[in-house]
Amino acid sequence: MGIEGIGARVARKEDKRFLTGKGRYTDDMSVPGMKYAIFVRSPHAHAKIKSIDAMAAKAMPGVIDVLDGKQLTADGIGNLICGWMIHSKDGSPMKMGAWRPLADQTVRYVGDAVAVVVADSVNEARDAAEAVLVDYEPLPVVTDPVKALADGQPQLHPEAPNNLIFDWELGDATATDAAIAAAAHVTEVKIVNNRLSPNAMEPRAALGIYDSGDDHYTCYTTSQNPHLARLVMSAFYNVAPENKLRVIAPDVGGGFGSKIYIYPEEIVCLWASKRTGVPVKWTCDRTEAFMTDAHGRDHVSTVKMAFDSANKITALKVDTIANLGAYMSLFSSCVPTYLYATLLSGQYDIPAIHANVRTVYTNTAPVDAYRGAGRPEATYLLERTMETAARELGLSPAELRRINFIRSFPHQTPVIMNYDAGDYEASLSAAMAAADWDGIAARKAEAERRGMKRGIGMSCYIEACGLAPSSAVGSLGAGVGLWESAEVRVNAVGTIEVMTGSHSHGQGHETTFAQLVADRFGVPIDSVNIVHGDTDKVQMGMGTYGSRSGAVGMSAVAKALDKVEAKAKKIAAHLMEADESDIVIENGELKVAGTDKSVPWFQMSLAAYTAHNLPAGMEPGLKEGAFYDPSNFTFPAGCYICEVEVDPDTGQTEIVQFVAADDFGNIINPMIVEGQVHGGLAQGIGQALLEGVHYDPDNGQLLTASYQDYAMPRADDLPSFKVSTSNTPCPNNPLGVKGCGEAGAIGSPPALINAITDAIGNNALTMPATPEKVWAAAHAAN
Amino acid sequence: MAKITMTVNGRQVSGTCDDRTLLVHFIRENLGLTGTHVGCETSQCGACVIHMDGLSVKSCSILAVQAAGSSITTIEGLAKDGELHPVQAAFKAHHGLQCGFCTPGMVMTAVDMIARHGSKLDEATVRAELEGNICRCTGYHNIVKAILAAATEMGGVRQAAE
Ligand code: FES
Ligand code: FES
Repeated sequence: MGIEGIGARVARKEDKRFLTGKGRYTDDMSVPGMKYAIFVRSPHAHAKIKSIDAMAAKAMPGVIDVLDGKQLTADGIGNLICGWMIHSKDGSPMKMGAWRPLADQTVRYVGDAVAVVVADSVNEARDAAEAVLVDYEPLPVVTDPVKALADGQPQLHPEAPNNLIFDWELGDATATDAAIAAAAHVTEVKIVNNRLSPNAMEPRAALGIYDSGDDHYTCYTTSQNPHLARLVMSAFYNVAPENKLRVIAPDVGGGFGSKIYIYPEEIVCLWASKRTGVPVKWTCDRTEAFMTDAHGRDHVSTVKMAFDSANKITALKVDTIANLGAYMSLFSSCVPTYLYATLLSGQYDIPAIHANVRTVYTNTAPVDAYRGAGRPEATYLLERTMETAARELGLSPAELRRINFIRSFPHQTPVIMNYDAGDYEASLSAAMAAADWDGIAARKAEAERRGMKRGIGMSCYIEACGLAPSSAVGSLGAGVGLWESAEVRVNAVGTIEVMTGSHSHGQGHETTFAQLVADRFGVPIDSVNIVHGDTDKVQMGMGTYGSRSGAVGMSAVAKALDKVEAKAKKIAAHLMEADESDIVIENGELKVAGTDKSVPWFQMSLAAYTAHNLPAGMEPGLKEGAFYDPSNFTFPAGCYICEVEVDPDTGQTEIVQFVAADDFGNIINPMIVEGQVHGGLAQGIGQALLEGVHYDPDNGQLLTASYQDYAMPRADDLPSFKVSTSNTPCPNNPLGVKGCGEAGAIGSPPALINAITDAIGNNALTMPATPEKVWAAAHAAN
Repeated sequence: MAKITMTVNGRQVSGTCDDRTLLVHFIRENLGLTGTHVGCETSQCGACVIHMDGLSVKSCSILAVQAAGSSITTIEGLAKDGELHPVQAAFKAHHGLQCGFCTPGMVMTAVDMIARHGSKLDEATVRAELEGNICRCTGYHNIVKAILAAATEMGGVRQAAE
């Protein structure tokens, strides 16, 4: 392991530009002649559009044009799509209602775009947007998914009677019901997973540039997967053919899932650029982000967990209603199904599982993947249920978990997943030791003397990362394959460019990917450039989400490096008249093992390009590409322990300690991994303690539309974290890595809620555990 | 429309803008200094923090015309001669940034915080004074570490010089 190689805490290459204000985010881009777009958005949650009158707006200063949904439809721009087909248990396909980039007949949530104004300045565009007269006929509204399923409720899409998108199941209902009937004990709980707003600090933005000379389109956009954006925009939205559309996602200020999907705005900016003949830039403001960025979570579930007389789980039955909002966003259908129900076995050996999931349209913003996507929902459900069961059974939370841990691998769960490796006991023990679990009684007594209530809670999570074998996801309904691509170009001077289809929006790829190369060839990390986020530079890719950059993206790079290494060795062997099997690469040199003969890396590279002296028949140059398709998911797992103190007079919760013990397999850069865990923990703690999207149930108005009404975790809401890792390498990829980006957000909410319920002695508490709710629950218990 | 002049990062600049233009937009659009970011425009996130006449301010909550005649430092003015400011260096060394979007505002807030408290800063004070800056990526753990490390280092340097 070199000082900049695998396993080293290398400071990030990309930091300098971010720290000096030289980052290039989409809103920082300016091109000659650029104009500004502001969207006219529906103030109603549900209404018919009777007419749109833009006469006055078009006459206002600086206005270039006002375009609406009728023009967009007339120009043949297609509907937004959901890319993962799910079938109901009766075999019928999911019911996809039409989603127009600009609504032309009906609006279905507050913020649904109906027109776009293009003007010389943002202020002029905003003024004119106010002057666009839209005549709406308001319709009745439903925002609650349980209510939306009932008869007589407002109907969002004619395709979906009772607003039901699909009624899907996984697992064995008969076996599960039989086990529950025969159980010694059954724990029953109702679990609500609150709706969240991802809130990347960089608001979404798009800059559409149409070049009539070449009939070519360029789109700068805040995307986690620019290639998929190009594919979808050309294949489904008819914006431009793939070879005439370049999508660039430059520096992106956080995504957390919310920038995976293709939204109306980038399509409209490209189309509007062609219509108006000028480059068109749109930048979201924070209120627009709250209204229109896809939200996360929003599940209502009932759970039955059955135990035998030895406290072994015999069955789990889950019934979930998932709110998908007004339209089906790109990945929305797979989140509450294949990313959720397949993880319901958790870390436990459960012989029978049955999950039923109904997804529902409501007059709210679309809901899609948010950090963890389905896995946080599964973990929260399971770990709250385990805690409740432990209390009912009179066991310690750790004991109940230990009794039920999976201990031999590979392990086939009843819900598709085949866990490859893990050691759940190791994480549990590490976390309990770091948290001084055994000393809690004394700390509780001490807190009691100060009039405070102290509590401790744990959560043992598992997740599935590294999305995923293409044939597997294909058979489950995915519209794309989930491989990754890489190309490694060694320059004539020996410096190296790596083109990757992964996309970095804060995860530090420019450093970790370069570490991989530095480790392999012993070259300085600064001689390696990572190129990503531009469909003209990288041939194809599937982007970054679901912690797939390490397991899938870097594996593709590793595969390309294998090919480069093989050719480099051939060239070096030829130059030194040695056998290629004797060549080793060390510290930037290609050596003949056991001799003092060597060729520096740069000299071999130069030889590849001068081509004066290559092995007979060898092509000049040194550039190799690879596609990597994973053979399985990866399964990071861990144990989180949270300790809190609740003030019984105010209901205020203070986190006094948070311990995370994770198993991420091999680790490329521990510093970056720790940072990923910290960030995930903050989002999970935010969900548990502070965050929640709220709509007025009567009129569908968004009540949490700014940072004044949506509580984001700030520095003094959070503690410093104690994190550690124990590594069982993943056997299914060349690097043995598993993925770490989502763990914190998955494992932390149940640990925190379990801790608060332990402190107040009342198990009935929903997220976010605001002081008001905690106070009420604490007093209800007494 | 107003014509205004101010000193930005030690250079006198002037420009014409709408009366309602916020300082952050003047800095970004008129001056092309895009390091100062907009995360909310409602004074909640701190992505737009700059220094104005020696005080850290949110440039989204002040009009450009109000800043006429003032002296402003933005993130672009912090590093000198290609050398990172100690606070910038500490953020890099302690991994106090991920996507980098909140970072300019965080760094400007931190510089001001350290100027006021010096090496006497402690974790509780840093957390309390970061109240006006949101980071969605780091969980603040490493930001707090970086600020404390920079405070110690800068305090030490100052003492040595005194
Ligand atoms: S943009 Fe100024 S505080 Fe958010
Ligand atoms: S580093 Fe991304 S918001 Fe702070």
